[in-house]
Amino acid sequence: MSGDTGVWTYAITEQAHQSGPDGEVDLSWLSGVGEGKVRTINCSGLTAVVSDVSMAQFGEAALRENLENLDWLDEVARLHHYVVDAAARLFPLLPVRLATVYSGDAATCAALADHRDQLLDTLHRVGGRVEWGVKAYSVPDPDKAEEHAPAAREPAGASTGDGSGLAYLRRRRDQLAAGRESRTAAVNGARVVHAELAGQATEAVVRPPQSAQLSEVRLPMLLNAAYLLDAANGHAFTAAVAAEATAHPELRIELTGPWPPYSFTGDEHDGH
Amino acid sequence: MAGNAPMTGAGAAQRYGAGDGIAASGGRSSTNLADILERVLDKGLVIAGDIQVNLLDIELLTIKLRLVIASLDTAREVGINWWENDPWLNAEAGRRPVRGKKTVRGERAGDREPVDGDGIGELREEIRRLHGRVRELESGE
Repeated sequence: MSGDTGVWTYAITEQAHQSGPDGEVDLSWLSGVGEGKVRTINCSGLTAVVSDVSMAQFGEAALRENLENLDWLDEVARLHHYVVDAAARLFPLLPVRLATVYSGDAATCAALADHRDQLLDTLHRVGGRVEWGVKAYSVPDPDKAEEHAPAAREPAGASTGDGSGLAYLRRRRDQLAAGRESRTAAVNGARVVHAELAGQATEAVVRPPQSAQLSEVRLPMLLNAAYLLDAANGHAFTAAVAAEATAHPELRIELTGPWPPYSFTGDEHDGH
Repeated sequence: MAGNAPMTGAGAAQRYGAGDGIAASGGRSSTNLADILERVLDKGLVIAGDIQVNLLDIELLTIKLRLVIASLDTAREVGINWWENDPWLNAEAGRRPVRGKKTVRGERAGDREPVDGDGIGELREEIRRLHGRVRELESGE
Protein backbone atom coordinates (compact mmCIF):
# COMPACT_ATOMS: atom_id res chain seq x y z
CA MET A 1 0.00 0.00 0.00
CA SER A 2 1.36 3.36 -0.90
CA GLY A 3 1.94 6.15 1.57
CA ASP A 4 -1.03 8.03 0.20
CA THR A 5 -3.55 5.68 1.73
CA GLY A 6 -4.26 4.68 5.29
CA VAL A 7 -6.48 2.06 6.90
CA TRP A 8 -9.27 3.50 9.06
CA THR A 9 -10.46 0.96 11.63
CA TYR A 10 -14.08 0.72 12.80
CA ALA A 11 -14.35 -2.49 14.72
CA ILE A 12 -12.69 -5.76 15.55
CA THR A 13 -14.29 -9.16 15.69
CA GLU A 14 -13.34 -12.79 15.79
CA GLN A 15 -12.81 -14.19 12.33
CA ALA A 16 -15.21 -17.02 13.16
CA HIS A 17 -17.96 -14.49 13.85
CA GLN A 18 -18.11 -13.03 10.43
CA SER A 19 -17.28 -15.98 8.23
CA GLY A 20 -19.11 -19.26 7.97
CA PRO A 21 -20.10 -21.96 5.51
CA ASP A 22 -21.45 -19.28 3.18
CA GLY A 23 -18.20 -17.35 3.29
CA GLU A 24 -17.52 -13.99 4.86
CA VAL A 25 -20.21 -11.48 5.62
CA ASP A 26 -20.07 -8.98 2.78
CA LEU A 27 -19.64 -5.40 3.98
CA SER A 28 -18.72 -3.80 0.67
CA TRP A 29 -22.19 -2.26 0.44
CA LEU A 30 -21.18 -0.04 3.33
CA SER A 31 -19.53 3.24 2.57
CA GLY A 32 -17.32 4.54 5.33
CA VAL A 33 -15.34 7.59 6.33
CA GLY A 34 -14.04 9.44 3.27
CA GLU A 35 -16.42 7.39 1.09
CA GLY A 36 -14.15 4.35 1.05
CA LYS A 37 -15.76 0.94 0.70
CA VAL A 38 -15.80 -1.04 3.90
CA ARG A 39 -13.74 -4.23 3.83
CA THR A 40 -12.17 -6.67 6.28
CA ILE A 41 -8.63 -7.66 7.16
CA ASN A 42 -8.16 -11.14 8.63
CA CYS A 43 -5.22 -12.24 10.72
CA SER A 44 -4.43 -14.08 13.94
CA GLY A 45 -8.01 -15.36 14.00
CA LEU A 46 -9.27 -11.79 14.29
CA THR A 47 -10.94 -9.55 11.77
CA ALA A 48 -10.67 -5.78 11.51
CA VAL A 49 -13.50 -3.90 9.81
CA VAL A 50 -11.77 -1.10 7.89
CA SER A 51 -11.89 1.22 4.92
CA ASP A 52 -9.12 2.94 3.01
CA VAL A 53 -8.72 6.65 3.57
CA SER A 54 -6.61 9.30 1.96
CA MET A 55 -3.70 10.36 4.14
CA ALA A 56 -4.12 13.89 2.85
CA GLN A 57 -7.41 13.99 4.72
CA PHE A 58 -6.86 11.46 7.48
CA GLY A 59 -3.12 11.49 8.14
CA GLU A 60 -1.84 12.67 11.47
CA ALA A 61 -1.46 16.33 10.62
CA ALA A 62 -4.77 16.46 8.78
CA LEU A 63 -6.58 14.69 11.60
CA ARG A 64 -5.17 17.04 14.16
CA GLU A 65 -6.53 19.94 12.21
CA ASN A 66 -9.81 18.37 11.10
CA LEU A 67 -10.75 17.12 14.53
CA GLU A 68 -10.97 20.72 15.60
CA ASN A 69 -13.58 21.38 12.95
CA LEU A 70 -16.98 20.66 14.39
CA ASP A 71 -18.75 20.09 11.07
CA TRP A 72 -16.04 17.70 9.95
CA LEU A 73 -16.14 15.87 13.25
CA ASP A 74 -19.93 15.66 13.20
CA GLU A 75 -19.88 14.02 9.78
CA VAL A 76 -16.97 11.68 10.45
CA ALA A 77 -18.29 10.63 13.87
CA ARG A 78 -21.66 9.78 12.35
CA LEU A 79 -20.07 7.83 9.47
CA HIS A 80 -17.82 5.93 11.85
CA HIS A 81 -20.80 5.13 14.06
CA TYR A 82 -22.90 4.16 11.05
CA VAL A 83 -20.40 1.51 9.98
CA VAL A 84 -19.86 0.21 13.52
CA ASP A 85 -23.61 0.04 14.05
CA ALA A 86 -24.34 -1.67 10.74
CA ALA A 87 -21.62 -4.27 11.30
CA ALA A 88 -22.81 -4.82 14.89
CA ARG A 89 -26.15 -5.95 13.50
CA LEU A 90 -24.36 -8.70 11.58
CA PHE A 91 -21.87 -10.07 14.10
CA PRO A 92 -20.59 -9.46 17.63
CA LEU A 93 -17.78 -6.91 17.64
CA LEU A 94 -15.71 -4.39 19.56
CA PRO A 95 -16.11 -0.79 18.41
CA VAL A 96 -12.77 0.93 17.89
CA ARG A 97 -12.23 4.52 18.95
CA LEU A 98 -12.55 7.21 16.31
CA ALA A 99 -9.43 8.12 14.34
CA THR A 100 -7.49 4.87 14.69
CA VAL A 101 -5.58 4.77 11.41
CA TYR A 102 -2.90 2.35 10.21
CA SER A 103 -0.41 2.82 7.42
CA GLY A 104 -1.53 -0.37 5.71
CA ASP A 105 -2.92 -3.90 6.07
CA ALA A 106 0.34 -5.25 7.47
CA ALA A 107 0.38 -2.65 10.22
CA THR A 108 -3.24 -3.41 11.07
CA CYS A 109 -2.37 -7.10 11.33
CA ALA A 110 0.57 -6.36 13.57
CA ALA A 111 -1.69 -4.43 15.95
CA LEU A 112 -4.22 -7.26 16.03
CA ALA A 113 -1.46 -9.78 16.74
CA ASP A 114 0.04 -7.60 19.49
CA HIS A 115 -3.26 -7.30 21.32
CA ARG A 116 -4.73 -10.67 20.41
CA ASP A 117 -5.29 -12.04 23.92
CA GLN A 118 -6.73 -8.83 25.27
CA LEU A 119 -8.99 -8.47 22.24
CA LEU A 120 -10.29 -12.02 22.52
CA ASP A 121 -10.95 -11.60 26.25
CA THR A 122 -12.89 -8.41 25.65
CA LEU A 123 -14.78 -9.95 22.75
CA HIS A 124 -15.87 -12.83 24.92
CA ARG A 125 -16.96 -10.42 27.62
CA VAL A 126 -18.95 -7.91 25.57
CA GLY A 127 -19.26 -9.32 22.05
CA GLY A 128 -22.90 -9.90 21.18
CA ARG A 129 -24.14 -7.66 23.97
CA VAL A 130 -25.60 -4.22 23.50
CA GLU A 131 -25.40 -0.98 25.39
CA TRP A 132 -28.37 1.13 26.49
CA GLY A 133 -27.91 4.76 27.46
CA VAL A 134 -29.99 6.25 30.25
CA LYS A 135 -30.01 9.89 31.24
CA ALA A 136 -32.04 11.37 34.06
CA TYR A 137 -32.83 15.05 34.45
CA SER A 138 -34.21 16.88 37.42
CA VAL A 139 -37.69 18.21 36.76
CA PRO A 140 -38.40 21.61 38.31
CA ASP A 141 -41.34 21.62 40.66
CA PRO A 142 -42.51 25.23 40.88
CA ASP A 143 -45.86 24.33 42.48
CA LYS A 144 -44.11 22.71 45.33
CA ALA A 145 -41.81 25.67 45.82
CA GLU A 146 -44.84 27.98 46.00
CA GLU A 147 -46.66 25.69 48.40
CA HIS A 148 -43.77 25.79 50.77
CA ALA A 149 -43.52 29.54 50.63
CA PRO A 150 -45.38 30.65 53.77
CA ALA A 151 -47.19 33.65 52.39
CA ALA A 152 -49.39 33.83 55.52
CA ARG A 153 -46.45 33.97 57.89
CA GLU A 154 -45.67 37.64 57.42
CA PRO A 155 -44.91 39.41 60.66
CA ALA A 156 -47.35 41.87 62.24
CA GLY A 157 -45.24 44.81 61.13
CA ALA A 158 -45.54 43.79 57.53
CA SER A 159 -47.00 47.15 56.57
CA THR A 160 -43.75 48.96 57.40
CA GLY A 161 -41.08 49.00 54.75
CA ASP A 162 -38.55 47.07 56.84
CA GLY A 163 -41.07 44.41 57.77
CA SER A 164 -42.12 43.63 54.23
CA GLY A 165 -38.53 43.48 53.07
CA LEU A 166 -37.78 41.02 55.82
CA ALA A 167 -40.87 39.01 55.03
CA TYR A 168 -39.85 38.91 51.41
CA LEU A 169 -36.42 37.59 52.28
CA ARG A 170 -37.93 34.97 54.58
CA ARG A 171 -40.27 33.88 51.83
CA ARG A 172 -37.41 33.70 49.34
CA ARG A 173 -35.29 31.75 51.80
CA ASP A 174 -38.08 29.21 52.25
CA GLN A 175 -38.64 28.98 48.53
CA LEU A 176 -34.96 28.34 47.99
CA ALA A 177 -34.98 25.73 50.73
CA ALA A 178 -37.90 23.98 49.04
CA GLY A 179 -36.00 24.09 45.76
CA ARG A 180 -32.99 22.51 47.41
CA GLU A 181 -35.18 19.83 48.93
CA SER A 182 -36.63 18.89 45.57
CA ARG A 183 -33.15 18.87 44.03
CA THR A 184 -31.94 16.54 46.77
CA ALA A 185 -34.94 14.31 46.16
CA ALA A 186 -34.13 14.22 42.45
CA VAL A 187 -30.47 13.35 43.07
CA ASN A 188 -31.49 10.54 45.39
CA GLY A 189 -34.05 9.38 42.83
CA ALA A 190 -31.37 9.24 40.14
CA ARG A 191 -29.18 7.13 42.45
CA VAL A 192 -32.02 4.70 43.03
CA VAL A 193 -32.78 4.48 39.31
CA HIS A 194 -29.15 3.74 38.55
CA ALA A 195 -28.93 1.07 41.24
CA GLU A 196 -32.09 -0.63 39.96
CA LEU A 197 -30.99 -0.58 36.33
CA ALA A 198 -27.41 -1.61 37.11
CA GLY A 199 -28.88 -4.60 38.92
CA GLN A 200 -30.36 -5.78 35.64
CA ALA A 201 -27.23 -5.19 33.59
CA THR A 202 -24.08 -7.23 33.09
CA GLU A 203 -22.01 -4.08 33.53
CA ALA A 204 -22.72 -0.41 34.05
CA VAL A 205 -20.75 2.77 33.44
CA VAL A 206 -21.55 6.24 34.76
CA ARG A 207 -20.26 9.20 32.77
CA PRO A 208 -20.00 12.85 33.68
CA PRO A 209 -23.27 14.62 32.95
CA GLN A 210 -23.48 16.44 29.65
CA SER A 211 -23.72 20.19 30.08
CA ALA A 212 -27.24 21.51 30.44
CA GLN A 213 -27.02 23.42 27.17
CA LEU A 214 -25.65 20.45 25.29
CA SER A 215 -28.41 18.05 26.11
CA GLU A 216 -31.46 19.07 24.17
CA VAL A 217 -33.33 19.17 27.44
CA ARG A 218 -32.67 22.32 29.41
CA LEU A 219 -32.79 20.62 32.75
CA PRO A 220 -29.95 19.65 35.06
CA MET A 221 -28.69 16.18 34.11
CA LEU A 222 -28.28 14.02 37.19
CA LEU A 223 -27.44 10.70 35.60
CA ASN A 224 -25.63 9.82 32.38
CA ALA A 225 -25.08 6.10 32.37
CA ALA A 226 -24.63 3.14 30.02
CA TYR A 227 -25.71 -0.42 30.72
CA LEU A 228 -24.44 -3.56 29.03
CA LEU A 229 -27.09 -6.19 28.37
CA ASP A 230 -27.66 -9.34 26.41
CA ALA A 231 -29.43 -8.35 23.22
CA ALA A 232 -32.35 -10.59 24.17
CA ASN A 233 -32.99 -8.60 27.37
CA GLY A 234 -33.89 -5.39 25.58
CA HIS A 235 -37.62 -5.70 26.21
CA ALA A 236 -37.20 -6.33 29.90
CA PHE A 237 -34.75 -3.47 30.24
CA THR A 238 -36.86 -0.90 28.42
CA ALA A 239 -39.83 -1.96 30.52
CA ALA A 240 -37.71 -1.50 33.64
CA VAL A 241 -36.73 1.98 32.51
CA ALA A 242 -40.36 2.89 31.90
CA ALA A 243 -41.26 1.57 35.35
CA GLU A 244 -38.53 3.66 36.95
CA ALA A 245 -39.84 6.72 35.14
CA THR A 246 -43.30 6.09 36.59
CA ALA A 247 -41.88 5.55 40.06
CA HIS A 248 -39.85 8.77 39.90
CA PRO A 249 -41.96 11.73 38.83
CA GLU A 250 -39.17 14.02 40.07
CA LEU A 251 -37.09 12.88 37.09
CA ARG A 252 -37.29 12.97 33.37
CA ILE A 253 -35.67 9.83 32.04
CA GLU A 254 -34.27 9.47 28.55
CA LEU A 255 -33.36 6.15 26.99
CA THR A 256 -31.14 5.65 23.93
CA GLY A 257 -30.11 2.46 22.25
CA PRO A 258 -29.41 -0.21 21.69
CA TRP A 259 -25.88 0.86 20.87
CA PRO A 260 -22.90 -1.31 19.96
CA PRO A 261 -20.99 -1.83 23.22
CA TYR A 262 -18.78 1.27 22.92
CA SER A 263 -18.63 1.94 26.63
CA PHE A 264 -17.50 -1.53 27.63
CA THR A 265 -14.53 -2.22 25.42
CA GLY A 266 -12.00 -2.42 28.18
CA ASP A 267 -10.05 -0.79 30.86
CA GLU A 268 -11.26 2.76 31.39
CA HIS A 269 -7.70 3.91 31.77
CA ASP A 270 -6.36 2.32 28.63
CA GLY A 271 -3.80 4.48 26.97
CA HIS A 272 -4.03 7.27 29.53
CA MET B 1 -22.88 -18.00 10.37
CA ALA B 2 -22.93 -14.58 11.85
CA GLY B 3 -23.20 -15.88 15.40
CA ASN B 4 -25.41 -14.25 17.96
CA ALA B 5 -25.45 -10.88 16.31
CA PRO B 6 -27.21 -8.32 18.45
CA MET B 7 -29.69 -5.96 16.93
CA THR B 8 -28.49 -2.48 17.54
CA GLY B 9 -29.46 0.84 16.11
CA ALA B 10 -29.48 3.81 18.38
CA GLY B 11 -32.05 6.04 16.82
CA ALA B 12 -34.10 8.70 18.47
CA ALA B 13 -34.18 8.73 22.22
CA GLN B 14 -37.19 7.66 24.18
CA ARG B 15 -38.16 10.08 26.89
CA TYR B 16 -40.14 9.22 29.92
CA GLY B 17 -41.60 11.25 32.70
CA ALA B 18 -42.31 14.90 33.35
CA GLY B 19 -45.77 14.57 31.90
CA ASP B 20 -44.47 13.81 28.44
CA GLY B 21 -45.64 10.25 28.43
CA ILE B 22 -43.48 8.18 26.17
CA ALA B 23 -42.46 10.03 23.08
CA ALA B 24 -39.67 9.76 20.60
CA SER B 25 -37.51 12.83 20.73
CA GLY B 26 -36.23 14.65 17.73
CA GLY B 27 -36.32 13.12 14.29
CA ARG B 28 -34.68 9.88 13.41
CA SER B 29 -31.84 11.77 11.79
CA SER B 30 -31.10 13.38 15.08
CA THR B 31 -29.32 10.87 17.22
CA ASN B 32 -27.84 13.39 19.59
CA LEU B 33 -24.34 14.33 18.46
CA ALA B 34 -23.27 14.46 22.10
CA ASP B 35 -24.32 10.84 22.57
CA ILE B 36 -22.31 9.77 19.53
CA LEU B 37 -19.21 11.80 20.37
CA GLU B 38 -19.24 10.58 23.92
CA ARG B 39 -18.99 7.06 22.59
CA VAL B 40 -16.72 7.32 19.58
CA LEU B 41 -14.29 9.80 21.16
CA ASP B 42 -14.39 9.05 24.86
CA LYS B 43 -15.08 5.35 24.60
CA GLY B 44 -14.38 2.62 22.09
CA LEU B 45 -11.46 0.27 21.98
CA VAL B 46 -8.06 1.88 22.15
CA ILE B 47 -5.40 0.04 20.21
CA ALA B 48 -2.41 2.00 19.12
CA GLY B 49 -2.69 2.98 15.49
CA ASP B 50 0.24 4.11 13.39
CA ILE B 51 -1.53 7.36 13.19
CA GLN B 52 -3.49 8.15 16.22
CA VAL B 53 -4.15 11.51 17.63
CA ASN B 54 -2.95 11.89 21.16
CA LEU B 55 -5.70 11.00 23.60
CA LEU B 56 -5.09 14.06 25.68
CA ASP B 57 -5.81 16.12 22.62
CA ILE B 58 -8.98 14.23 21.99
CA GLU B 59 -9.99 14.68 25.56
CA LEU B 60 -9.33 18.35 25.38
CA LEU B 61 -11.22 18.53 22.15
CA THR B 62 -14.18 16.71 23.58
CA ILE B 63 -14.47 19.07 26.46
CA LYS B 64 -14.06 22.03 24.20
CA LEU B 65 -16.76 20.61 21.97
CA ARG B 66 -19.13 20.20 24.83
CA LEU B 67 -18.77 23.86 25.45
CA VAL B 68 -18.78 24.87 21.82
CA ILE B 69 -21.98 22.99 21.12
CA ALA B 70 -23.43 24.44 24.27
CA SER B 71 -22.39 27.85 23.07
CA LEU B 72 -24.29 27.54 19.82
CA ASP B 73 -27.50 27.05 21.77
CA THR B 74 -26.70 29.60 24.34
CA ALA B 75 -25.44 32.28 22.05
CA ARG B 76 -28.45 32.00 19.80
CA GLU B 77 -31.14 31.72 22.36
CA VAL B 78 -29.84 33.71 25.27
CA GLY B 79 -27.60 36.06 23.38
CA ILE B 80 -24.57 35.67 25.59
CA ASN B 81 -21.08 34.67 24.59
CA TRP B 82 -19.30 34.00 27.85
CA TRP B 83 -17.32 31.26 26.18
CA GLU B 84 -15.58 33.54 23.71
CA ASN B 85 -13.80 35.42 26.45
CA ASP B 86 -13.20 32.55 28.77
CA PRO B 87 -9.42 32.25 29.14
CA TRP B 88 -9.79 28.60 30.04
CA LEU B 89 -11.30 27.92 26.65
CA ASN B 90 -8.56 29.78 24.88
CA ALA B 91 -5.78 27.96 26.66
CA GLU B 92 -5.33 25.38 23.94
CA ALA B 93 -1.87 26.59 23.06
CA GLY B 94 -0.78 25.49 26.52
CA ARG B 95 -2.45 22.08 26.13
CA ARG B 96 -3.16 22.07 29.82
CA PRO B 97 -4.29 18.73 31.08
CA VAL B 98 -7.85 19.31 32.13
CA ARG B 99 -8.86 15.91 33.33
CA GLY B 100 -11.11 15.93 36.33
CA LYS B 101 -12.19 19.47 35.67
CA LYS B 102 -14.66 18.73 32.98
CA THR B 103 -17.58 17.94 35.22
CA VAL B 104 -17.03 21.04 37.22
CA ARG B 105 -16.78 23.16 34.11
CA GLY B 106 -19.79 21.49 32.59
CA GLU B 107 -21.85 22.20 35.66
CA ARG B 108 -20.69 25.73 35.82
CA ALA B 109 -21.48 26.20 32.19
CA GLY B 110 -24.97 24.86 32.68
CA ASP B 111 -25.83 26.35 36.00
CA ARG B 112 -25.93 30.05 36.36
CA GLU B 113 -26.87 29.97 40.02
CA PRO B 114 -24.16 30.42 42.59
CA VAL B 115 -23.11 27.00 43.77
CA ASP B 116 -22.91 27.44 47.51
CA GLY B 117 -24.99 24.77 49.15
CA ASP B 118 -27.12 26.90 51.46
CA GLY B 119 -28.47 29.56 49.14
CA ILE B 120 -26.59 32.43 50.78
CA GLY B 121 -25.29 33.52 47.41
CA GLU B 122 -28.78 33.58 45.99
CA LEU B 123 -30.02 35.70 48.89
CA ARG B 124 -27.08 38.07 48.49
CA GLU B 125 -28.00 38.47 44.87
CA GLU B 126 -31.61 39.21 45.85
CA ILE B 127 -30.44 41.77 48.38
CA ARG B 128 -28.26 43.44 45.79
CA ARG B 129 -31.23 43.69 43.51
CA LEU B 130 -33.44 45.03 46.28
CA HIS B 131 -30.88 47.67 47.17
CA GLY B 132 -30.89 48.79 43.59
CA ARG B 133 -34.66 48.92 43.58
CA VAL B 134 -34.74 51.00 46.76
CA ARG B 135 -32.24 53.45 45.28
CA GLU B 136 -34.40 53.74 42.18
CA LEU B 137 -37.50 54.46 44.24
CA GLU B 138 -35.70 56.97 46.42
CA SER B 139 -34.27 58.86 43.49
CA GLY B 140 -37.71 58.87 41.87
CA GLU B 141 -39.26 60.75 44.78
